[in-house]
Amino acid sequence: MKKVLLHFALIAGGLVTLFPLLWMLSASFMSTGEATTYPPHVLPHAPSLDQYHALFVRLNIGRAFFSSTIIAVVSTLFSLLFNSMAGYAFARLRFRGRDRIFTLLLAALVIPAQVGMLPLFLLMKSLGLVNTYWGVIIPSLASVFGIFLIRQFMLSIPQELLEAARIDGAGEWRIYWSVVMPLARPILATLAIFTFMTTWNDFMWPLIVLSDARKYTLPVSLANLVGEHAQDVELMMAGSVVTVLPVLALFLFLQRYYIAGLMAGSVKG
Amino acid sequence: MSREARAALLFLSPALLVLAIFFFVPVLAGFALSVTDFDLYSIGDVHNLRFIALENYVTLLRSNVFWTAFLNTLYFAVAGGPLTVAASLAAALLVNAKAARWKPFFRTVYFAPVVTTLVAVAIVFRFLYHPRFGMINRVLESIGLHGVDWLSDPLLAMPAIILVAVWKNFGYNMIIFIAGLQSIPDELYEAARIDGAGEWKQFRHVTLPMLGPTFLFVGIVTAIGYLQLFAEPYVMTHGGPLNRTLSAVMLMYQQGFKFFRMGYAAAVAFLLFLTIAAATALQMRLQERR
Repeated sequence: MKKVLLHFALIAGGLVTLFPLLWMLSASFMSTGEATTYPPHVLPHAPSLDQYHALFVRLNIGRAFFSSTIIAVVSTLFSLLFNSMAGYAFARLRFRGRDRIFTLLLAALVIPAQVGMLPLFLLMKSLGLVNTYWGVIIPSLASVFGIFLIRQFMLSIPQELLEAARIDGAGEWRIYWSVVMPLARPILATLAIFTFMTTWNDFMWPLIVLSDARKYTLPVSLANLVGEHAQDVELMMAGSVVTVLPVLALFLFLQRYYIAGLMAGSVKG
Repeated sequence: MSREARAALLFLSPALLVLAIFFFVPVLAGFALSVTDFDLYSIGDVHNLRFIALENYVTLLRSNVFWTAFLNTLYFAVAGGPLTVAASLAAALLVNAKAARWKPFFRTVYFAPVVTTLVAVAIVFRFLYHPRFGMINRVLESIGLHGVDWLSDPLLAMPAIILVAVWKNFGYNMIIFIAGLQSIPDELYEAARIDGAGEWKQFRHVTLPMLGPTFLFVGIVTAIGYLQLFAEPYVMTHGGPLNRTLSAVMLMYQQGFKFFRMGYAAAVAFLLFLTIAAATALQMRLQERR
């Protein structure tokens, strides 16, 4: 009896959780107006790709998809390199003030990004980076969270391994690149997924930096479209699907790494 | 300088330079900006900029719209935060229950909203909340209740947004609670059982106290995130009705990037930062007390 109740609760919770996403998917295959007939349909009567067609051909959402992809991919690649270099130094190189600098960085985690956004915008403006992809990308090239994640992992790499490589005459860069990085693959995968998802889903900063609709990322594009097409439920649902699906798929395939990172990030808090 | 220290400098430079130039300096500059009258004229010519000490703060603390935005933000965090944490704990207890089957499946399902794009799901919920065609009212009507106009009702708009936030975020804390639950030694439960403690007593006197540090972490992370409320009202209500869902960050965005009253907006941002710092300190204090 108790077991039945438990599974009833689990399934009910699952349905409530999935319903908005399933409805989004279902409505995106409806023909225009179908979701706003009374009573509204839950499933499309004649599923069609019309909304997706309109989205890509008439509204050129492919361009936003391209912007989002470029920004997320470039941010991810650079942040992997920069954060892993710094995380490695904090974990495995000895230098004066190391732990003090690291603690200072961690304390910065409570500072909301918005506090710096106004001056950051003025800085980007003076650098000529407003309304460019780089203006969106640059602030995400390194992150305290990323450095922390990598450092925690690299603390587990035995110091003897690095000393052995040094005795063999390997330079510091070589040790990092050929000894440490291959060992760090799992955590690099974790950080890659985190960074990709964060930049893909980010809304406020791209909204501020990008002024030209042709450069908008998917979230900015969607927020813009919903103003003009507030009545076109089915169209907006197709836009939401296009935006959500890539990150959801990425998560489903790589969730092992994603969950691992989440745990690592919470260990020390 | 030793070989290692030189190498460290090289390895740290890219990340630390990015963080310094594009995070730490802007944060400090943000404070500096908040004691100036930086506006549209200053963007044209910096010579129009004047130091006005705390005038922006005084103006803010005297303005109704600031208090509205500030209290809305607190409302969202104080009501939404604990609600999210409670939902997270409930989900973690269900998924982690010994008798539960298909655990990885349910864990994945409950976590899915976390990875979705906030703007996209806010748009989905905007339609789910539609008074006539929205599925939420359809469900209410099917069980004999009256549908309501969620996002246009001044009393219901914020609760509606809170529900979206709970749905979107509970999976994140759930994962951390599951890790916390799994780190509680079985012996503690056995000892409690031997002392005759039932399920509720075990939960109350073993599980909850042992989850103390997890609560602290989850509470702080949730509070920091929730005090930065922005995308949900931006997409779903534009801050309305009657400014009832206008958040502090939205006010900063409007003042700073729409009207270019950047000094004034920077003061909003700094007050938000103080609030977040206070919320973090408060939770740490409460945890120490226990």
